[in-house]
Amino acid sequence: MINGVKRFIPDNLKPFVSSDEHLNRIRKTVSKKSKTDETVFLHNIDEVFNALNITSGMTLSFHHHLRNGDKVIQLVAKEIEKRDLKNIHLAPSSIFPSYTNLVDLIKNGNVTDIHTNYLNGPVADTISQGYLQGKLIMNTHGGRSRAIESGDLAIDVAFIACPVVDQFGNGHGAIGKSACGTLGYAISDLEYAKKVVLVTDTLVDTLVAHQIDGRYVDYVLVIDSIGDRGGIVSGTTEVSKDPIGLKIAKDCANLLNYLGLIKDGFSMQTGAGKTSLAVVKFVEDIMIKNGIIGSFASGGITKAYVDMLEKDLFKNLYDVQCFDLEAVTSFAKNKNHLAMSASEYGNPFEDNPICNQLDFVILGATEIDLDFNVNVTTDSLGNLIGGSGGHADIAYGSKVSIIISPLIKSRIPIIKERVMTVTTPGSDIDILITERGIAVNPLRKDLLKKLEDSPFTLYKIEELLSITHNITGVPRHIETDEKIIGYVEYRDGTYLDVLRKVKDEYFR
Amino acid sequence: MKGIAGSKESNDCLISVETNDKTTIEINSIVGAFFYNQILKTIEDTLTEQGLKNVKVVVVDKGALDYTIKSRLLTAIERMKEDV
Repeated sequence: MINGVKRFIPDNLKPFVSSDEHLNRIRKTVSKKSKTDETVFLHNIDEVFNALNITSGMTLSFHHHLRNGDKVIQLVAKEIEKRDLKNIHLAPSSIFPSYTNLVDLIKNGNVTDIHTNYLNGPVADTISQGYLQGKLIMNTHGGRSRAIESGDLAIDVAFIACPVVDQFGNGHGAIGKSACGTLGYAISDLEYAKKVVLVTDTLVDTLVAHQIDGRYVDYVLVIDSIGDRGGIVSGTTEVSKDPIGLKIAKDCANLLNYLGLIKDGFSMQTGAGKTSLAVVKFVEDIMIKNGIIGSFASGGITKAYVDMLEKDLFKNLYDVQCFDLEAVTSFAKNKNHLAMSASEYGNPFEDNPICNQLDFVILGATEIDLDFNVNVTTDSLGNLIGGSGGHADIAYGSKVSIIISPLIKSRIPIIKERVMTVTTPGSDIDILITERGIAVNPLRKDLLKKLEDSPFTLYKIEELLSITHNITGVPRHIETDEKIIGYVEYRDGTYLDVLRKVKDEYFR
Repeated sequence: MKGIAGSKESNDCLISVETNDKTTIEINSIVGAFFYNQILKTIEDTLTEQGLKNVKVVVVDKGALDYTIKSRLLTAIERMKEDV
């Protein structure tokens, strides 16, 4: 059948209807685990597999807070390989380029199914090429919490890398030699997985404050190192010097200001790219000039936001994951740098998740189409290169969602008649800002009216597409293989799009 | 005789032209899946315009637009002619 974003979905799956449709449904939760046994401390992974009797076919989950520096998923992967377990279902909140040893596990059928919110690197390429025997399910950050709490994603064992653990099994991410900051993506796993293993390299007697509640923790595995925290920084900390990026950022900040969105008590979220960072700087300039104090910034938090917090330009930061080490330090010392769980951040069934309180968000796009649908999951050939993360959550929740992007990236137009993969429904995308013009989603009549007599030249997105084609030429239509390798799941658990194998000649 | 122009920077291309017993055009482009035919046409049209035959053209393209490809090719041709 054809779903609410005009995509084909197999008949046995629940099709996406609209991004508001969850409002007609009630929250479904399985009971949180309760345990009576004392937390047991172990010292090697072999003992953990024996104690938990981890066998073929089980679902194992992970968080990605140590990002490219994570060693915990690799440790567990090695043990799966050693024991030659088959049909393992992995549910890491993201998969990074450093997770190289999962490639052979996929090719050998040790790992056959994967739930994740983002993936990039060799594992993504392996799955794009059709090696995963089961299916890849791509969630959003909020949607993953919903899937876990509802029992749709039932986890047998959650392995939670935890920088410091006390004798009661309580844990925290702010201190320890591998401190990575807030552990927001691990909270649903902690509360709902059948068994929980904290993996740590730092033990203390007692923690004064903790983010991981020891009442849910069955085992603590103590190893030499859970990861290299230097690997956390995978984005950029430099503001763009690229004139195209700077023009887009400047136009974006001016537009926000013109729309009256930079006002006392406002809230915002941006990504960690160079152009996003430039937007943050321009917004900061406007705030200082006009004496404006914001309520909060949220998301993956970077140094740019820490600086603004410390200058009292924002009252609070809500942080689901620290994107750099300055954010980790700030999280440990600043009382108003607050942790949020992925559920508090973006779960559609939370009463008032942070994503719904956002005034505006600045997001990227690999492709955007004439219906404003955005793809950040695959490239224009269909190769997996990312995923929603919080994209679809905050695009829905925020009052104004803005995509910033150059019209052309290495000759490839970012506007398409139809995106290769729908990550975020166009009904939740309000404005597209490019170096050659701005397009407003026709569904946002209120914004169009506000901008009627503005100094900004507005285009229809179709006009921007034709401007692009005049420069680049019309790209040839790309066909994918017929084989379905997975699905994009919307945050409410319905199906947005199908992921297909990339044709051999288009492998990365 | 051989001439080279351009670079392998993003949005540019590196083009070499050398005398040959017949005309051959080899294109290796990161956007070949989308624009191979258009890149080929730009090369062919430019060679025709210049009345050039029996050359081997090798294009390593990093997403250059047509006018970039054409100007790199023209420069490579000029350099080939100077290469004695």
